[in-house]
This record gives sequence, C-alpha cells and structure tokens, in this order.
Amino acid sequence: MDDKNIIASRVALELKEGDLVNLGIGIPTLVAHYVPHEKGVVFQSENGIIGLGPDLGEANDIVNAGGMKASIVKGGAYIDTATSFSFIRGRHIDVTVLGALEVDKEGSLASWIIPGKMVPGMGGAMDLVTGAKKVIIAMRHTNRGVHKILEKCTLPLTAHRQANLIVTEMAVMEVRDDGLHLLEIHPNHTLEEVLEATHATLVVNDVKPMKGME
Amino acid sequence: MRKRIHHEDFKKLLKDGMTIHVGGFLTNGSPEKLIDLVVESKVKDLTIICNDGGYQGNGVGKMISAGQVKKLIASHIGTNPDIAQLMNTNALEVELVPQGTLVERIRAYGAGLGGVLTPTGLNTLVQDGKQVIHVDGNDYLLETALGADMALIGGAVADAYGNLRYKETMRNFNPTMATAAQVVVVEPVQDCTEIDPEHVITPHPFVDYILRGE
Repeated sequence: MDDKNIIASRVALELKEGDLVNLGIGIPTLVAHYVPHEKGVVFQSENGIIGLGPDLGEANDIVNAGGMKASIVKGGAYIDTATSFSFIRGRHIDVTVLGALEVDKEGSLASWIIPGKMVPGMGGAMDLVTGAKKVIIAMRHTNRGVHKILEKCTLPLTAHRQANLIVTEMAVMEVRDDGLHLLEIHPNHTLEEVLEATHATLVVNDVKPMKGME
Repeated sequence: MRKRIHHEDFKKLLKDGMTIHVGGFLTNGSPEKLIDLVVESKVKDLTIICNDGGYQGNGVGKMISAGQVKKLIASHIGTNPDIAQLMNTNALEVELVPQGTLVERIRAYGAGLGGVLTPTGLNTLVQDGKQVIHVDGNDYLLETALGADMALIGGAVADAYGNLRYKETMRNFNPTMATAAQVVVVEPVQDCTEIDPEHVITPHPFVDYILRGE
C-alpha cells in the first residue's frame, strides 16, 4: 500500500455509523474507498450534495467540490451553497477530513496561502474546520523531509486550534489540551523516525501499532 | 411573465464599473453565454463576485483574461493561473472570502440585512480590519452584506413565468445571487412550460430577464 492509501484507509476507521462527512481534495477523497457501504456514512460535498457518490461515467452535470464528475446516492439531495454552509458552520457535519501545509501541536493549521508564492484561497476550508464536530488532518508526515507538524504554524492560519486528529503514513496523533499525543505508529517506522520527522513536542505514553496495519 | 431578452439588448444593460454576481462553482452552473456577451461588450473596470476564478478560457476566467475585471471577490482562485499573474502586476485586485462567508454576505444583502456574524476566519488574516462582536460568550466576525448591480444566473430550468429550478449541482450560488442584485439575468440550460410550485427554487419576481436562445 502506498503512503496515500495508508493514510486514507486509517482515516476511514475513524468514521462512525451514520456519520455525515466532508472529504477534502487529494488524499482525503481516497477515504471514501475504504468505508464499507454497510456503515451508512453519508458524504457531503460543499458545492451542493448530501450523498456524494463516485463518478459512474453517466452523462450529467453532477460535480464534486473539486469540480470533478461525481454522482448522487439514493436518498441524496441537491442543495444550494447557503444550505451547504448551514450544514458546515451549523455543526451538522460530524467529521471533516482535509489536507494541510502545516499543523501545530495546538491544532492550528495552515492550508490556503504561501505569501509571495502561492495564493489558491481558502475555498470552504475555513468554514469546514470551524464548524465540523471533528477535524481530521490527512497528509504526508513531511513535505519531502521538510517538517509540516510544528510547535507553531509559520504560515497564515486557516483556523486557530481546530484540528483534532492528524493521520500520516507514519503515525496517528491527537490534539489534546495537554499537548499533541502520539497514539499510533505504522509498523514500517520506528519511534525515533517519527520523532525526527516531527518538529513539535509529542506526548509519548502508550503508543500502539497503526490500526488496520498491525 | 418575465421578459425574454435578446443578446444585443442584454449587452445594452452593461456598463463600465459595474459590480456583477456570477453564479457557478468551478464553472458548473456558470452562465457561459452571458459571460461571452460581457466579453463581446468590452465593458471594463468590473467588480466580479463569484465562488472561484474559473479556468483559463472558462467561466469568469474569460472576463479576467480579457482584462475587463478590476476586482475579483472569490473564495478560491487556484484553478486559474492567469489570476496570480495579473495580481503580481497589480492589474487585478483580489479579495478572498471564505466560501460560507461569501454566500452569507450575498444572502444578507438579498434579505435586507446589513451583514452576518460568523466564527469563520477568527484569528486569521480574514479577521484583519473587521469588528469582533461577542454574543452569548462567543466571538464572531462582522461580515458585511454584499450586493451587486447585476446577477448572471446559470444552471437553471426556467418555466414560462420565469420561475426557476436548478439542474443537479448547478444550483450552488445561483439562487442566492438571484436575490441580491438590481438586475437579474438568467441563462437557462433548459426551458419548460410550468414548474410545480412545490419545486420552484427561485420564484419569478426575483428574475428580471431570461436570455433568449439565438
């Protein structure tokens, strides 16, 4: 399994029966492949779908929040953007999964601008991390060796102290009031490797092998 | 009965310096023909309000590439590289607004409100220059209403009265923008005789003109 799929399959285990979930673009999108249908998880797409499904190759005008072709599942609904963000800000989304450029030990994250270099904009990310009941950051542990998990974010924030869980190809970490707890390590990696790849103080108590990878 | 408008008559409604809402999400539900007519009209110094910057040669990207846009108010501009280039030479001003905040600011204008209070953007660059208001122990940003001289609406199925429903995910910002401009022009993707009153999304009094197919 490659890094992306290790991350996506581990995140999928966090989703509970009947959860309403918003998946971001990139690695988070892959999470849907690992959620068994019987779990009854419903995906929301902020451009206007409750009950997002994969592209079935049909001729229609259904797209996801990345502008890619998609489908709607049985029992789904099309909604306008205002209703979509009532779901999002109004705490009706159980879990949002998204990537980030940086996350820090307090759960602040940066994902929408690299000043002077790249300004893609925040899209719906600021609303999602502010309003979702649980915020999971799904990303590679480092950017080709450059630390992304930090004591304090250096880039402009997407939100202050909103991330709850960080899932990477190396580890699972939880943001708690007393610090960033290292919960699980992928069997391919050692504690030393994880500590070296993390530029934030980790609370290391009872570390287990990454769920689903034992 | 809403007035059907010819292409040439639509162009006569356009003026330099106008503020225009443009519906659509990454061009899904975008009024492409109306945008083409704006480009043909050669009006300039426009302020465009749209979810995103579209693509090179698609959506609002067409007006941007033609140099007609002075200011773009959007949540995401990463899909159109022309925008970063124009920003770097100060040929285009961009105001980035979180998606949920953008739609609520438009909705507020259409509903006769001065603005909305949202937690989105607190402790980020989005907060700069804005009032923070405390309500029942929580902080919110005051985000002001955002209206326009004109709204260009796409993705709609229009009936003979000018009532609209929207096809699949093409609804997005369209119904909200249709409430928040002095002149509302619709480019339907489909016509029908009558929409069941229970299914009308935009009632006809919001609609001023429907573009004729020519």
